[in-house]
Amino acid sequence: MGDHHHGPAKGLSRWLYTTNHKDIGTMYLWFSFAMFLLGGAFAMVIRAELFQPGMQLVEPAFFNQMTTLHGLVMVFGAIMPSFVGLANWLIPMMIGAPDMALPRMNNWSFWILPPAFLMLASTLLMEGGAPAFGWTFYAPLSTTYAPPSVTFFIFAIHILGVSSIMGSINIIATVMNMRAPGMTYMKMPLFVWTWLITAFLLVAVMPVLAGAVTMMLMDIHFGTSFFSAAGGGDPVLFQHIFWFFGHPEVYIIILPAFGVISQIIPAFSRKPLFGYASMVYATAAIAFLSFIVWAHHMYTVGMPVAGELFFMYATMLIAVPTGVKVFNWVTTMWRGAMTFETPMLFSIGFLVLFTIGGFTGLMLSIAPADFQYHDTYFVVAHFHYVMVAGAVFSMTAAIYFWLPKWTGRMYNETMGKVHFWVSFIGFNVTFFPQHFVGLAGMPRRIPDYALQFADFNMMSSIGAFIYGASQLLFLYNVIAAIVAGKRVSDEKVWDGAEGLEWTLPSPPPYHTFETPPKIEEQPAH
Amino acid sequence: MRLSQDPTTDTVAKLGAVAVAMFAFVFVVMVPLYNVLCDALGINGKTSSEAYTAVVAQVDESRSIKVQFVATNNDGMPWAFSPDVTEMVVHPGAANDTVFFAANPTAQSMIAQAIPSVSPSRAAEYFHKTECFCFEQQPLDGNSEADMPLQFIVDQDLPADIKTITLSYTLFDVTALMRDNVASR
Repeated sequence: MGDHHHGPAKGLSRWLYTTNHKDIGTMYLWFSFAMFLLGGAFAMVIRAELFQPGMQLVEPAFFNQMTTLHGLVMVFGAIMPSFVGLANWLIPMMIGAPDMALPRMNNWSFWILPPAFLMLASTLLMEGGAPAFGWTFYAPLSTTYAPPSVTFFIFAIHILGVSSIMGSINIIATVMNMRAPGMTYMKMPLFVWTWLITAFLLVAVMPVLAGAVTMMLMDIHFGTSFFSAAGGGDPVLFQHIFWFFGHPEVYIIILPAFGVISQIIPAFSRKPLFGYASMVYATAAIAFLSFIVWAHHMYTVGMPVAGELFFMYATMLIAVPTGVKVFNWVTTMWRGAMTFETPMLFSIGFLVLFTIGGFTGLMLSIAPADFQYHDTYFVVAHFHYVMVAGAVFSMTAAIYFWLPKWTGRMYNETMGKVHFWVSFIGFNVTFFPQHFVGLAGMPRRIPDYALQFADFNMMSSIGAFIYGASQLLFLYNVIAAIVAGKRVSDEKVWDGAEGLEWTLPSPPPYHTFETPPKIEEQPAH
Repeated sequence: MRLSQDPTTDTVAKLGAVAVAMFAFVFVVMVPLYNVLCDALGINGKTSSEAYTAVVAQVDESRSIKVQFVATNNDGMPWAFSPDVTEMVVHPGAANDTVFFAANPTAQSMIAQAIPSVSPSRAAEYFHKTECFCFEQQPLDGNSEADMPLQFIVDQDLPADIKTITLSYTLFDVTALMRDNVASR
C-alpha cells in the first residue's frame, strides 16, 4: 500500500486541475467552511439587530437581505457541499475504490460552486440590494416585487443545482460500480448507504428546483404568468413546486448526517451498530416519505381538509423510521464500553438535540396547531435544532473523527471538548428561547418586535455570539492540528473504529486501493 | 436506450435521463396537474374560461348575495378600465347584467385581454358567467372607448356562509403578442 506512483502536482495547478477524490474532498470541505463563516456573519448581523427591540443597526431592507442570504448560504453553500466533501473523501476509501467513478466531472462539480456563490454574494453590492424575499423565495415576492439582482440569484441556483446533480450522479456511479469484490450492498458502511439514498433524492429534486427558478425567470423576463394570478397563474403553485423540492431537500441535508452518526457511535461504544439492516430500510423509508409530505409547509394556503389530513398523517408517519434510527443509536450505546472523545460528544449532542428538533417537527405536523405556529420563531427554533444541532453537529463530529486519518495528525482533545461544550451551551441558549417567543406569537423575518419578547431575544443573541465565536476555536484547532498536531502512528486511530478507511495508513497516500482490498474478514459496520 | 459496455457510462446515462425527466416533469406534469386539481376542487379562485350554459332553475329570492367588481390594469397597461357599478346585490339563480368601461387613450390601436379571479376562492365554482368580455380579446382603436358586457349567475348551491363575492379583472396589453402571432403565420 505504501508505494504511490506519483504524488500531487505542485502549486495552484494541483487544486485547479485535480481529479483526485481526496483533493476535491478537501476543497469542498474548506469551501463549505468559508461559506459557514460567511453565513454565520450574516446570522451575527441578524442577532445583533434583534438584541434589543426597535431599529438598532441596519435598515429593514438590509435585514431582509441578511435573513435571505443567511439561509441560502448555509443550506446550499455550507451544509450541502460539506457533506459532498465528506462523501468524496470517504466513499472511495470505505468501499475499497481507487477514486470516484468520474474524476473529471468531480473536478467540475466543485469548481463551478465558488463562482456561483461569488455571484450570489455580489448581489449585496448591486443596485436594489441582494434578494430579500427569504431563502424560500416565494412568488410574487421573488418575481413581481423582487430586486433586479434576482436574475443573478436565479443563475446562481441553476449553477449550484448542476453542481449537485453532477456530484450525486458521480456518487451513485461510484457506489454502484466501484465497490471492491465482496463488498455487497448490505456490507457497505451506513455512511455510504445514506449517501447513496441522498444522491438519488438529489437527482430527483434538484431539477425540480431548477424548474421553479426557470419559471421565475420566465415570469420576470419573458412575459409568462406561471405564478401571477393576474395573468392566469397562481402564486400557490410556486409553493407546491418549491416544497416538492424543499422537503426532500431537508432529508438530503440530514441523511448523510445520520450516516456519520452511525459510524461514530459504534466506534466509541466499541460495539457494532445495532440493527444495521433496519437502519438501511429506515433511511429508504424516510427518503420515500419525503416525496409525499411537502404540503405540510403550507397548511395555511387554503387546502381542502382532505389534503390537510393526508399531509398531516403522512408527515407523522416519518416519526416511525426516524424513531427506529434514534432507538438503534441508543441501543448501540447500551452496555457499550463508552468513551467520550470530541467526535462522540458531538454525536451524543446530535442525538439529544436532533430528537428535540424531531419532536417540535411532530408538533408542527399537526395541521390545526400549525396555524398558530406557522411563520413564527417556533419554526425557526425547530429547523435550527435539526439543521444546526443535526447537520452541523454531525459534520463537526465527522471532522474530528476523520481528521487524524486524513492528515495523520491529532487535534487538541481538550480544545475539542471545550469547543463542544461552548457550542452546545451557545446553541441551546440561542435557540431554546425561540420556542417560547414563537409560541407567544413572534413572527420570523422581522427586524423589530414587541417589547414582551425583549428578554428572550437578548438571550438568543448572546447565545448566538457564543456559538459563533466557538466556531473560530474549531477553525484554530483544525489548522493547528494540520500544521503542528501530534503525529498519529496507528492506522486505526480510534480503537473502536471499524471499516476499510481505517486499514489505510494515516495520512493515506495520494492514491489508495489501486488493488482492491479483500473484504472477507472485514466487518463492514 | 442501448446499454453500453461500460457500467459507469450506463449508470450516468440513466441518471442524466432521470434529471432531465424531472426538469420536464415540473413543466409538463406539475403545472397542468395543479390546474386540473384546482379546477376540479374549485380552490384557487379561477373561473371557467368558457361560457356557462344556464340550466333552468328556480331563483332563490330568499338569499341576497353582494357581488363586488374590481378592475385593475396590469403593469404598463395605459387604458382606462373600470366597472360601471362597483357592486350589485343579486339572488342566486337569477341572470344579472352589467358592463365594464374601457378606453384606449393612446394614439395606436391596441388589443387587451381581461383575466378574471374570484374571491373567496371557494365561490369560484359557484360563479357562472354566461357572457363575458373576458372570453375574448378586446381590440380598441386609438382614442376610442367601449362598454364591455358581462352576464352572470350565482349558483343556488353557493355555500350558505358566503355572503359577498368579489370578481376581480386584470387587464393585460396583448397587442405585441397578437401581432407576433399574426406575423408568424
